[in-house]
Amino acid sequence: MAVDTVVATQVQVPAWRRIGTMREAGLIAIILALGVIMSFASPHFLTFGNMRAMLMSFSVEGIVVVGMTILLIVGGIDLAVGSVVCFAMVLAGSLFLAGVDPWTASLFGILASSLIGAIMGFFVTVVGLNHFITSLAAMVIVRGLCLVITKGTPLSLFTLPASFKAVGQGTFNGIPYVILIFVAVVVLFDFLLRRATAFRKVFYTGSNEKAALYSGIKTKQVKFWVTVLCSTLAGVAGVIYMSRFGAATPTFGVGMELNIIAAAVIGGASLNGGSGTIFGAILGMALLSVVTSSLILLDVSVYWQDMIKGCILLAAVSIDHFLHKRKAI
Amino acid sequence: MISQPVLQVRNVTKHFGAVKALTNVDFNLEKGEIHALCGENGAGKSTLMNIIAGVLQPNEGEILVDGTPTKIASPAAAQSLGIGLVHQEIALCPDATVAENMFMAATNRRRSPLMNYASLARDAQAVMNRLAPIDVRRKVADLSISSQQLVEIAKALTLDCRVLILDEPTAALTEAEAQALFGIIRDLKAAGISIIYISHRMAEIFSLCDRVTVFRDGRHVSTERIADVTPDDVVRRMVGREITQLYPPKQAQGEQSDEVILSVRGLGDGERIDGVGFELRKGEILGIGGLIGSGRTEIAEAICGLRRKVRGDVLLHGKKQTIGNYRNAVDAGIVYLSEDRKGSGVFVDMSIAQNISVLDLKTLTGPLGLMNAKAEADLARDFTRRLGVRMGGIAMPVSSLSGGNQQKVAIAKQLAVRPKVILMDEPTRGIDVGAKSEIHRLLRDLARSGIGIVVISSELPELLGLCDRVLVVREGGIAGELGEAEMTEEAVIRLASGVGPHGEPQKIKAAEHVA
Repeated sequence: MAVDTVVATQVQVPAWRRIGTMREAGLIAIILALGVIMSFASPHFLTFGNMRAMLMSFSVEGIVVVGMTILLIVGGIDLAVGSVVCFAMVLAGSLFLAGVDPWTASLFGILASSLIGAIMGFFVTVVGLNHFITSLAAMVIVRGLCLVITKGTPLSLFTLPASFKAVGQGTFNGIPYVILIFVAVVVLFDFLLRRATAFRKVFYTGSNEKAALYSGIKTKQVKFWVTVLCSTLAGVAGVIYMSRFGAATPTFGVGMELNIIAAAVIGGASLNGGSGTIFGAILGMALLSVVTSSLILLDVSVYWQDMIKGCILLAAVSIDHFLHKRKAI
Repeated sequence: MISQPVLQVRNVTKHFGAVKALTNVDFNLEKGEIHALCGENGAGKSTLMNIIAGVLQPNEGEILVDGTPTKIASPAAAQSLGIGLVHQEIALCPDATVAENMFMAATNRRRSPLMNYASLARDAQAVMNRLAPIDVRRKVADLSISSQQLVEIAKALTLDCRVLILDEPTAALTEAEAQALFGIIRDLKAAGISIIYISHRMAEIFSLCDRVTVFRDGRHVSTERIADVTPDDVVRRMVGREITQLYPPKQAQGEQSDEVILSVRGLGDGERIDGVGFELRKGEILGIGGLIGSGRTEIAEAICGLRRKVRGDVLLHGKKQTIGNYRNAVDAGIVYLSEDRKGSGVFVDMSIAQNISVLDLKTLTGPLGLMNAKAEADLARDFTRRLGVRMGGIAMPVSSLSGGNQQKVAIAKQLAVRPKVILMDEPTRGIDVGAKSEIHRLLRDLARSGIGIVVISSELPELLGLCDRVLVVREGGIAGELGEAEMTEEAVIRLASGVGPHGEPQKIKAAEHVA
């Protein structure tokens, strides 16, 4: 027995890690395979311009995916992210039009998003509703708020100073700031999720809330703050969009939540909580983005896109279910 | 009994992951007999019944119905074969009426797309009246537990079954209701229906059944005609071993210490428990027994801050502790191991290392709020080695371990914070015999090393074999304390059920509660 133990502990790559990396390696392989096929199918695919456009297209959403993944790990979900992105954008935009400095206006937009997260967190942890229904209500309410603030018409923000527009449109040594911000957020949260004690508690809570509670972890606090974090990151994405588009549209981000949740789930996050990685979720996002770009380059009608994305999601979740069932027995 | 058995189970094996629930089990049911099935908790009775009723599939072996090998793929398949199962747990739709619940399975088999509620109620009432005067138009949620149990039985009677399995049907019934049930069971037998009767109550088995089969640790031990055995024989076969052999030696005379580690005074939570007081001395294992629902778990929860206490004090080494939540208890040195291992004990899909470190996050966290991965791994390696956890590695998920090793991880988790007192609720539930005695030895070693151990257990052999002293809880208070010399199953049962030390009926009770 003692011998067994010694031999066994020498196994370098643990199985659960392997399953995790298997998933990520699989996603990378699929993305690369698609890339190779597409580079033959369309001369435009492998151009610098197209690559940059793809990366730009999911960079900002990628920031929201980070928050959603952490929320999924704790066992929650947020259907309101699309509305909150729009809300931060619209609020910051109207404050700017009312004469507030754009940086200050953005800060208010982000803080207001955090406040929405805090309100949702209150309903989840204190009142005791579930994340799904709370955020469904918030999705509709916040969208309504966007329409009220703008009276239903898009805000034109072409007067934004160049220094502010640079965030969404400028580059640093040829690399867009947007991509830099995205990479920084991903690296930071991926690191924290793996190493920080506070984020370890997110895993404990999502894996088995009762056991976590019995281990002295304040699970309600954990869930509250993760909910706030998810909305805050949505707010950050919102003001970056504002800077990038130089406009704020009250209907922006409708349906975004589905794309975000799909990306996280394709990347290995479980709706039952307890598992998920930032890297996987970003790969999920990248896959959806490559597929979208490919469909456009192949002149496939936009009407097909949602169907195909939906099928990819279903396939990913089915594979997950299959793997999980095998593991359980 | 020359005719073909109605049901034959041949060489059936069933395992759940690494845990073997049934090993090469045989079982025969003759036409028109009442066949008792006995065994301790975890002996595999319910697993076999679930296989016969199509809920579970065996890993090996076969089932013959009327001599023909048959695959019972689902509960619906079992029903169409005429096999009905009355579950031990109540599985009714609380918002539907009694009549609707009774005919749920029968409705499922009907051809007609429409419901005829009038005839449904009429037929249901006719069946129900044989058992008890319950109005079938009432909602199940409004009934008492014992009435619900009767509905569960009535439900099976509406099916046209040839084999009826009753899993501890009298557990929640009053004496009169039980008698009515026995009458019906005898009628069914007279009508040629075969019955499998699972129970712990020897009196019932001996008055009702024709044959008795005993299971132990997932194996078939014996099948005999009831006339050929005595209740004592059956109990002995269920336990099947000299209890003392399995347990580590207890404290020797000279080892006892007067030093009190934990003392609890006048503990009460204002609802379930009141006036609970006891002392835990250094080096001993203190057992807490009592019937399920008597408040054993609640006492442990109140001590360690998982339940609000409104009265009483908890003292550790003579110092009064203020414990408002579980974190306070852990910081003070009192940890609690829940009876529900998967539900609230371990994080099954997280790694062994991450499980062991969960209570100790503070010491494993560096100045920047980051986990010290190396220290975490060292901690896990240290404790898994000391407890002899058999595993693929500390980074493997807990779900990859057997039940006994999962429990060791749960114990390691508690030990990692160097506690002064460990409260263990059902420390060996659902664990196979080998791992059980390993855990018992481990607990004894811990006690010897000076950690206070409190073991709450429903298994009398465990209480008596492992503990140096036993407290018996009844209705939320301590009914009595038994020292080494007074510890017998009978004494525990008497205190737990509140019956006096004399009289014959109690003796039978002692036997029937062995499991």
